[in-house]
Amino acid sequence: MPFRTASLALAASGLLLTGTAQAIEYNQVDATRSSLAFTSKQMGVPVPGSFKRFNASIAFDPARPTAASTTLEIDLASIDAGSREANDEVVGKQWFNVKAHPTARFVSTGVRALGNNRFEALGKMTVKGQTRDVVAPFTFKQEGSGGVFDGGFVLKRMDYGIGEGPWADVSAVANEIEIKFRVVANAGPAKK
Amino acid sequence: MPAPSPRYTGPAMAAHWIMAVLILVAFPLGVYMQDLPLSPDKLKLYSYHKWIGMTVLLLFLPRLLWRITHRPPAPLPMPAWQHRIAESTHHLLYLLMVLVPLSGWLMSSAKGFQVVYFGVLPIPDLMGKDQGLGDFFLQAHKLLNFALLALVGLHVAGALKHQILDKDGTLRRMLPFGQ
Repeated sequence: MPFRTASLALAASGLLLTGTAQAIEYNQVDATRSSLAFTSKQMGVPVPGSFKRFNASIAFDPARPTAASTTLEIDLASIDAGSREANDEVVGKQWFNVKAHPTARFVSTGVRALGNNRFEALGKMTVKGQTRDVVAPFTFKQEGSGGVFDGGFVLKRMDYGIGEGPWADVSAVANEIEIKFRVVANAGPAKK
Repeated sequence: MPAPSPRYTGPAMAAHWIMAVLILVAFPLGVYMQDLPLSPDKLKLYSYHKWIGMTVLLLFLPRLLWRITHRPPAPLPMPAWQHRIAESTHHLLYLLMVLVPLSGWLMSSAKGFQVVYFGVLPIPDLMGKDQGLGDFFLQAHKLLNFALLALVGLHVAGALKHQILDKDGTLRRMLPFGQ
């Protein structure tokens, strides 16, 4: 019955709207407890690194995950790639070209609930002027008045031209870079 | 003419020459690679250097066990002081065959670059990342290597002196061929 289905949908959306009114949004990011780490593989050797400075704005309501949205901005010059030598190298033209492209950006286009506090953020990742679709699974855990988002995905550096010229040799530095993020956010007033 | 002195055993010869080649490749590689600007080639050379070093360390224990359980040929006639120098050199060479790769392994761990043997087998780190200790082990690794270089030089000079000046056939004892 089309009519019945429609009314059910209406009822459901009404419920959701009611939910929103009372929902909490975890939109105040605690920078000191959040982290953005990555692991590159150099000659098969996992080398950990991280970005020290990034901004995240998150609107997330566990009761209505699909309405969530997030923007992540990474200050690429704040990279720690594992050694002084590497830090000097990766801000350069062949890697991030930080002078021309100081920030990388992730803008979500949607969030899917996978059940069991597991979700999937879909979005556009822009690095070095290249934009690619990214799917990042993450978990959400309530912690006091705040929430912890833990997740990660594999970024293929060659999709963005990260490591050009001789560095395009993926037998030395693997194409796959494992990204891990932890965003600790406190509940703030819900934006509308 | 006296009967020629017996030879070293086959495994002793194999261990000696394999180690010699590994050390003679790893040493100049180590000197060369460290001044290179960061590049994929530099990463590769560092890995090769570490794999060679780990191979030396890996071969050391069986070599030492073989040496302990198999008496080498009696020393060739020489003055007592020369014999003492030869013996000390051998002992120190054995010691450095362990300390040189070990200090490199410690340096890798402290600098936060794990050794992954042949790019596939991760060798456990001996310590966590620590920049200060990393620099310390770098200096230790260098110092031990120059000690090793000096001892190898002494060892080769001694062998050549016996071979060329004393004409006592010392080299053939370590070679599987020749009269």
